[in-house]
Amino acid sequence: MIRTEEMMLNVGPQHPSTHGVFRLVIKVDGETIKEATPVIGYLHRGTEKLAEDLQYTQIIPYTDRMDYLSAMTNNYVICHAVETMMGLELPDHAEYLRVLAMELGRVASHLVWFGTYLLDIGAVSPFLYAFREREVIINLLNELSGGRLTFNYMRVGGVKWDAPDGWIEKVRDFVPYMREQLEGYHDLVTGNEIFLNRVNGVGRYTKEEALQYSLSGANLRCTGIEWDLRKHEPYSIYDRFDFNVITAEEGDAWSRYQCRMGEIEESLKIIEQAVEQIPNDGQFMAKVPRIVKAPKGEAFVRIESPRGEIGCYIASEGKKEPYRLKFRRPSFYNLQILPKLLEGENMANLITILGGVDIVLGEVDG
Amino acid sequence: MSDEKDLEKKKAAAAAKAKAEALRKKKEKEAEDKAVLENKAKESQEEKILSQQDPNKKESGEDTDLAKKKAAAAAKAKAAALAKQKRKQEEASDSEDQASADDELAKKKAAAAAKAKAAALAKQKRKQEEASDSEDQASADDELAKKKAAAAAKAKAAALARQKRKQAESDSDDSADEDKAKAAAKAKAAAAAKAKAAAAAKKKREESADDAKEPAGEDEKAKAVAAAKAKAAAAAKAKKKAGGKKKEQPKEEEKPSPNQPVLDKYVKVIKEHVGEDVFEDAYINRLSKHVPTLVAKRDTYYKIAQFLKFNDQLGFDYLSELHGTDFETHMEVYVHLFSFRNKQSVALKVKIDRDQPEIESVADLWKGANWPECEAYDLFGIKFLNHPDLKRILLGEDWVGHPMRKDYEPHDVEV
Repeated sequence: MIRTEEMMLNVGPQHPSTHGVFRLVIKVDGETIKEATPVIGYLHRGTEKLAEDLQYTQIIPYTDRMDYLSAMTNNYVICHAVETMMGLELPDHAEYLRVLAMELGRVASHLVWFGTYLLDIGAVSPFLYAFREREVIINLLNELSGGRLTFNYMRVGGVKWDAPDGWIEKVRDFVPYMREQLEGYHDLVTGNEIFLNRVNGVGRYTKEEALQYSLSGANLRCTGIEWDLRKHEPYSIYDRFDFNVITAEEGDAWSRYQCRMGEIEESLKIIEQAVEQIPNDGQFMAKVPRIVKAPKGEAFVRIESPRGEIGCYIASEGKKEPYRLKFRRPSFYNLQILPKLLEGENMANLITILGGVDIVLGEVDG
Repeated sequence: MSDEKDLEKKKAAAAAKAKAEALRKKKEKEAEDKAVLENKAKESQEEKILSQQDPNKKESGEDTDLAKKKAAAAAKAKAAALAKQKRKQEEASDSEDQASADDELAKKKAAAAAKAKAAALAKQKRKQEEASDSEDQASADDELAKKKAAAAAKAKAAALARQKRKQAESDSDDSADEDKAKAAAKAKAAAAAKAKAAAAAKKKREESADDAKEPAGEDEKAKAVAAAKAKAAAAAKAKKKAGGKKKEQPKEEEKPSPNQPVLDKYVKVIKEHVGEDVFEDAYINRLSKHVPTLVAKRDTYYKIAQFLKFNDQLGFDYLSELHGTDFETHMEVYVHLFSFRNKQSVALKVKIDRDQPEIESVADLWKGANWPECEAYDLFGIKFLNHPDLKRILLGEDWVGHPMRKDYEPHDVEV
């Protein structure tokens, strides 16, 4: 027998495969992980504390910086919370613009995940393709909002401004293009035997464990639980679209891959329907007081972000600033299961498992 | 002479703005007449009180955004009216005292417009007319301004009405007293709500104003009309806003929440199994998508949580959210649970002592509560008993204090 001894190893906080500033302290015995302890907080900026001194509209740019791969859903969740408290009804045109922006953001977010995840586990070229397509989306969102990543596009009661001329047509043209590229991805990656061997059966957990650990998004659906807030607690105008909730059964990294790739297709379906349905009246703002004040009371809303269930809790005293603002950040919750998944795994699977959870550190740390 | 030119320009601009607003207002009024009426009645009462008393001291409880906006608009109008009066009587040069204090841009803009109008009006008035008494409105606080604005708007409307009458001699329904109080009373009475008065005044004014504005000699009328319109528009907006809100909420409250039976069921089952006296409160939170909300007593929080999770009927197997809040009188832990079996949410809250914030951990029921509880400990200092590994999770281990507490003082002053 070869004698081995436990060794402490720091992964991160500065390491590209952590997709942010994330440190993982692991104890390894040879190649086997005995114990893993995530250390987070490196990107904590005190958003919630800062928000207590900001007006609601002023908080929106801060949300861009939480989940910076899908800032539109973050914009939406705070606007939605305030709108829910105020009982605001939005003009249809604004709702469609929001949905288009959010679904484009979802596709872009999944593309980043797809590219970087494969890069992490050794496939370089998918990253280049994914970022090429993502760039198209980023340009679309840039035309819409004026920002590439930090959009600050939504407002309580609507959106900042209407889409520029011809933008809807560009989005319409994007859908078939993306579908074609997606097929290319599947040809390139999905059937690839090396890839399958890397992800199949890795990082597996059950339905019960997923619920126990408060997982959400693709991390939950990969265990066979059909749960998507867009479908099952419809907000905005998602009840007007025909789309499926993608699930898989195995609960492993391969299932999560299938879910996310399927979600890109479903998002494209929603975009396709939305560009057909969007009314052309240019009404992008509801009638909202110049100074937005949520009524006294509290509210918690949750919506489906690419990473799972993002929520926003507001306790208001009827002033123009929130008394307390709290974001339910899906990456923060999803990451909790990591030590359990890593225990007893081979070192080589660490990145496969971590990447499969799809975290954004700006969101983990708030 | 340059003053006169400026005044004319300002007047013209003000008149144009006022007209545009008036048109909008009319449209809105037509749509929301009823709401406006209710609001007007309330407002007129408030305004009366305000106008009779010192406007600075009165704060009405309803600070709505609309009210503010209205107030700002009204304040401007009032300011203008007051300025006119003052100038008439005092021949003062201090008409610009009250223009400087608006914090918000909107207010500033409105105030600026109002000032311009007021100045123009004042000049005209001085030249042509004599006014009754003046009030002191120099303090420009926003809230005061709002209140004042309401009162001022009325007063202005009255004043305008007077002017119109004088000039046009077409209105015989109003007894022409020139006291402000009378004017206010008239305004109120004439418009049981401002909107009404404003609308009536607008119509009259518009009719006469359209004639009057064009002839160069009748700037006063135009100004007065414009001011009145502006006021009316502001009032109408305010009314609409306030009315809209008021209308919606009572409607919601009238019909029982769709989740009321669900809440009743939870309360009943829990009382049967956990104990009669376990809740501080149980209600439907209408602001939060009608989520059934249970406020547990400090001692029964864990038992209720346990029951919510393991009871076959309820089966809240998913913890969606857990966080703390410092309400200064107490700390609160908010837990949002979801049952995949019933597709139902419930909010569980518990109030705990702020000086010794301790509560049982629910991390053994839902492992997903582990990090959120660490976060609540880190930011609020809430100690979760029996937590597997309670530690600072977002801040450094050497951090002093719990920054989300309302009484937090940074340890390192330089930061």
